[in-house]
Amino acid sequence: MSATVTIRVMLPAHLRNLARVGAEVSVETPAPATIASTLDALEARYPVLAGTIRDHDTRKRRAFIRYFACEEDLSHEPPETALPEPVVAGREPLIILGAIAGG
Amino acid sequence: MSQVRVLVGTHKGAFILTSDGKRQQWEVSGPHFAGWEVYHLKGSPADPNRIYCAPSTGWHGQVIQRSDDGGQTWNPVGNKFSYEGTPATHLWYDGTPHPYEFKRVWHVEPSLTDPDTVYAGVEDAAIFQSSDGGQNWTELPALREHDTAKGWQPGAGGLCLHTIILDPSDPNRIFIAISAAGAFRTDDGGKSWKPINRGLHSQYIPDPTAEVGHCVHHVAMHPNRPGVLFMQKHWDVMRSDDAGDNWREVSGNLPTDFGFVIDVHAHEPETIYVVPIKSDSEHFPLDGQLRVYRSRTGGNDWEPLTKGLPQSNCFVNVLRDAMAVDTMDKCGIYFGTTGGQVYASADAGDSWAPIVQSLPAVLSVEVQTIS
Repeated sequence: MSATVTIRVMLPAHLRNLARVGAEVSVETPAPATIASTLDALEARYPVLAGTIRDHDTRKRRAFIRYFACEEDLSHEPPETALPEPVVAGREPLIILGAIAGG
Repeated sequence: MSQVRVLVGTHKGAFILTSDGKRQQWEVSGPHFAGWEVYHLKGSPADPNRIYCAPSTGWHGQVIQRSDDGGQTWNPVGNKFSYEGTPATHLWYDGTPHPYEFKRVWHVEPSLTDPDTVYAGVEDAAIFQSSDGGQNWTELPALREHDTAKGWQPGAGGLCLHTIILDPSDPNRIFIAISAAGAFRTDDGGKSWKPINRGLHSQYIPDPTAEVGHCVHHVAMHPNRPGVLFMQKHWDVMRSDDAGDNWREVSGNLPTDFGFVIDVHAHEPETIYVVPIKSDSEHFPLDGQLRVYRSRTGGNDWEPLTKGLPQSNCFVNVLRDAMAVDTMDKCGIYFGTTGGQVYASADAGDSWAPIVQSLPAVLSVEVQTIS
């Protein structure tokens, strides 16, 4: 197993605009890649995203944000949960999604 | 020639409206931060190219954006608003203790002298300060730790600190207002605060003259006369001539004294403006007629200003931070509505015309007069 892995992350529209990136970014995270380590890497590479996915202080997922991968909802998995193999292998992205809500 | 720049925060982004000193032809730029709820943006008096903006969304929370070129380009700065220590509780709507939670920035107030210093009024009620251009924010915790704070209750919009006024004659004096706690003043740069609500009378609370618990909607001050304050309370228009220590009602002949905005003419400290709203349960103008009321006597005697404003079937609201004045020789008055109109008067309110008519709901209006 390599020391780091590359994780593809899909971002919702507001965060793409905020970070000035496209729909998908890639981040390097130490193996084994988890939800938390991927978000840590994402925030380290794009500091402007800190606080917009997880609370600054509690590190908890914001209420209207969900995490999906491989057609599974990972939102309620512990942050230390290892990402699915297709995500670690780069075949699938970790999807950060805003809830369908608004006005 | 002078230029006027109107900064408009809306439910779905920020807009910047610019004109020359005549204020007849306007250029509109925006939406900036499209889709984000912009409660407020305001320029630095010390550097008009420096503008602070506070967009937020329910999904992603608060960010702070800063422009150093008059709003042409923006860069995100710090968005970490952490209460000092372990916050205590305030009261919830049902009267039970409720933990403090940061929700959003309601108001940004740049320093009068230093473009890198800026204050933020937030919900749940607290005041933060940045001294590095918005990169890092530190709470001035003495306000939230005030003896009365455990009894503060939110207004309908939340427990929000929505008004910050810096005293140009005393850098240690700051006035703030919280819905629905009331007005407070510090005379030592935020180390201590005192409620300044004596004279307010609120029939909707158990003790109508309590030290705190009043739903102050907005406070305004003329910079040349910092001891005189004007207040639009939930109901009642009030005035203080001793920096908030005592208030008296100046609603006078207003058709209704409920409302949100209040402001002062740039060159006439006794000329003030309000937009009367029908009632606390019907947030629109009386009789469907949008009327600004002006008093040239510091209150009590009010005249309706209607020329150019809709006088039938108008049911918009004008929110607390949605009125501002410019400092041109002939003072300009501006206000925005929840119907997306921004109205301007280049003659101190005698006549009005819409600059724009179909923006998202307007949450705030500020004006920069640039020479």
